[in-house]
Amino acid sequence: MTSEASIANQVESSIVEEHNEEANSKFGFWVFLLSESVIFLSFFAGYIVYKTSSTDWLPPGVEGLDTHDPAINTVVLISSSFVIYVAERFLHDKKLWGFRVFLLTTLLMGSYFLYGQAVEWQGLEFGLTSGLYGATFYLLTGFHGLHVLTGVLLQTIMFFRSFIPGNYDKSSFGIDATSLFWHFVDVIWIILYGLIYVWQ
Amino acid sequence: MANISVEELSGNRAQPYPGAPDNWKRFFTFSTDHKVIGIQYIVTSFVFFLIGGLFAMIIRGELITPEANLVDRTIYNAMFTMHGSVMLFLWSFPVLVGLANYLVPLMIGARDMAFPRLNAAAFWMVPVVGLLMMSSFFVPGGPSQSGWWAYPPVSLQNPTGNLINGQVLWLLAVAISGVSSIMGAVNFVTTIFKMRAPGMTFFRMPAFVWTVLAAQLIQLFGLPALTAGAVMLLLDIVAGTSFFRPENGGNPILYQHFFWFYSHPAVYVLALPVFGIFSEIFPVYARKPLFGYRVVAVSSLIITGLSAIVWVHHMYASGTPGWMRMLFMFTTMSISVPTGIKIFAWTATVFRGKLRLDTPMLFALAGVVNFVFAGITGIMLGSVPVDIHVNNTYFVVGHFHYVVYGTVVFGIYAALYHWFPKMTGRMYYEGLGKVHFWLTWLGTTLNFLPMHPVGLMGMPRRVASYDPEFAFWNVLASLGGFLLGLSTLPFILNMVSSWIQGEKAGNNPWRAIGLEWLISSPPPVENFEQLPIVIAEPYGYGKDEPLVSNLAELSESPG
Ligand code: HEM
Ligand SMILES: [Cu+2]
Repeated sequence: MTSEASIANQVESSIVEEHNEEANSKFGFWVFLLSESVIFLSFFAGYIVYKTSSTDWLPPGVEGLDTHDPAINTVVLISSSFVIYVAERFLHDKKLWGFRVFLLTTLLMGSYFLYGQAVEWQGLEFGLTSGLYGATFYLLTGFHGLHVLTGVLLQTIMFFRSFIPGNYDKSSFGIDATSLFWHFVDVIWIILYGLIYVWQ
Repeated sequence: MANISVEELSGNRAQPYPGAPDNWKRFFTFSTDHKVIGIQYIVTSFVFFLIGGLFAMIIRGELITPEANLVDRTIYNAMFTMHGSVMLFLWSFPVLVGLANYLVPLMIGARDMAFPRLNAAAFWMVPVVGLLMMSSFFVPGGPSQSGWWAYPPVSLQNPTGNLINGQVLWLLAVAISGVSSIMGAVNFVTTIFKMRAPGMTFFRMPAFVWTVLAAQLIQLFGLPALTAGAVMLLLDIVAGTSFFRPENGGNPILYQHFFWFYSHPAVYVLALPVFGIFSEIFPVYARKPLFGYRVVAVSSLIITGLSAIVWVHHMYASGTPGWMRMLFMFTTMSISVPTGIKIFAWTATVFRGKLRLDTPMLFALAGVVNFVFAGITGIMLGSVPVDIHVNNTYFVVGHFHYVVYGTVVFGIYAALYHWFPKMTGRMYYEGLGKVHFWLTWLGTTLNFLPMHPVGLMGMPRRVASYDPEFAFWNVLASLGGFLLGLSTLPFILNMVSSWIQGEKAGNNPWRAIGLEWLISSPPPVENFEQLPIVIAEPYGYGKDEPLVSNLAELSESPG
């Protein structure tokens, strides 16, 4: 092989590798999320065991959870999954401003969810140490809340990155991962809402 | 134009040849080369093997007499806790990850792991885990004393009342080790699925790669459960919750479920790659293809699946209801099917082969024999009526050391000798290797065989003093333990001196078949000049068919 040809070959293969890299990252992120979901499954399993076997489940003086505000929160979080999907479509069509507007909307909806969560926590008459009921409630909502916070931070980064010229030309892995993560956070919340609020 | 070098094209990945001791400094850098990282893992974890071994020496020193007279009882508790934790989290897991790191990309014909930087980050957490574990010796109250299981309520005691105590540091260390393992697992699974060379179909992958895949899948589904339990335990200790505090309505048994849901499969995270090592080594030293390769490959995945549904066999004596005991006894027994398949395949592979008894082969053969023995005691422990009697006795300690030492450590030694010439380009000293083998074999047998009778007699584990009627067996075991301590010396001497000045080994001293043996020793940074095009199944011994179609292009050709 002449040296020119071999260099051309190498440059080419490094391009191929770049494509592979994006596919690999996506695959790897899926694997990671599947693994992460087992932590939630474990917490859910623990919750079910505690709730079905505990003799005094509700702490004294606690009636249960109010479902009205959390329901609003739920609607906001779930619809934000559709909003980020629209953002992705805009990015796909290379319409950066549309992308930014919808990503910002997602970000605000996520933040609203966190705010709603904080308000709810403030108003509760039980704490982390109020028996298994309090402990599991704060563990589940808190751990999920950390994931929402992570998602919002990722969206913030992706939002600012869109101002770097050409940032998403080569690869949209960052936004794909952010969006996938957001759907994941959503699905977890639906199960969580069912377990904690609906099944009282 | 012609002097654009490969280094420039491949950017920050350019490093000198791994393996050469004259470049030892690069082992102390944040290298992203899987071969450097592999060796970093192996050497770091070997240091912790020695530390964990030191603790074992102290344990065995205490147990050589029936009275508790060598160390304080609390120190004894700390010793077996740290011994078990170091041996598992800082030796067995990381050393196997190191071997896999080194070998998997070479074996599947890739230039590196899928995520080289993630790989490096995962490695550098290991020393952090080690420092955290060791630092617990310096906090008030000393290290955790609750055994490597950290069962509540013992692990919740915190007698000194400090927030930073041995148990908290232990939990942090285990958590970081878990993060590192998950990062590694994501990397391995992605690498094996996405980075195989052209023609390297799943059923052309060496059995070792299959076992690494099977083991890493376990990490992915198992570790999160342990993490969940660990988070709740940590909250119980530092935040005043009562998940596992029985006096406040908590459920300590739930912790056992979380713990064993991971920690039973975890023994297969150790055993599977070692099975893979056996499957690699026997064909080379018997000059025969691996018997039933496809079945052996798939049996690894079956083990992965079954390993997830047997964990309650560790909890037969935890007030477990009868139906649950029966169910898990049945699932536990069923694991012997895929495992038996492997043992049968290895036997058939070496049967009537032209055996060459070099050090790797000796370790591998003895490893399988030890494993058969451990399997027999394992079946005994898996059956409820036996386990109820010997639960928490030395019979259990004997059983699992036949696995973790007799099988896993033997397999690791076999692998280190077998791939040493590939990693370093030099040959180890066979004589020293044989000395090492016989010392290790004798030490293992003397140390761990007596644990079985003494366990059946009823000697409990985790005690510093015992009834004098058990003394005879314990003296034997202690002698064996010290012998094992001694046995590391010829190994270290061998590895260090032959790495520095051993004979040059050439590319393929064992005349082995496999992609890693087609390139130079040690392999260049990018492994393959051109990616190999694989055209045959592995283990073509005695078949005289080429493994790749582009042999000449794999290595750098002059000009
Ligand atoms: C020189 C080699 C070794 C000796 C002499 C040795 C000895 C012992 C002894 C006597 C115990 C029981 C302590 C007690 O219950 O009071 C023990 C426990 C244990 N050993 Fe080893 N061992 C060795 C190597 C290993 C290795 C290579 C592993 C690898 C994983 C390992 C893993 C464990 C574990 C997990 C425990 C249980 C600790 C606990 O009770 O929490 N050991 N060892
Ligand atoms: Cu088990």
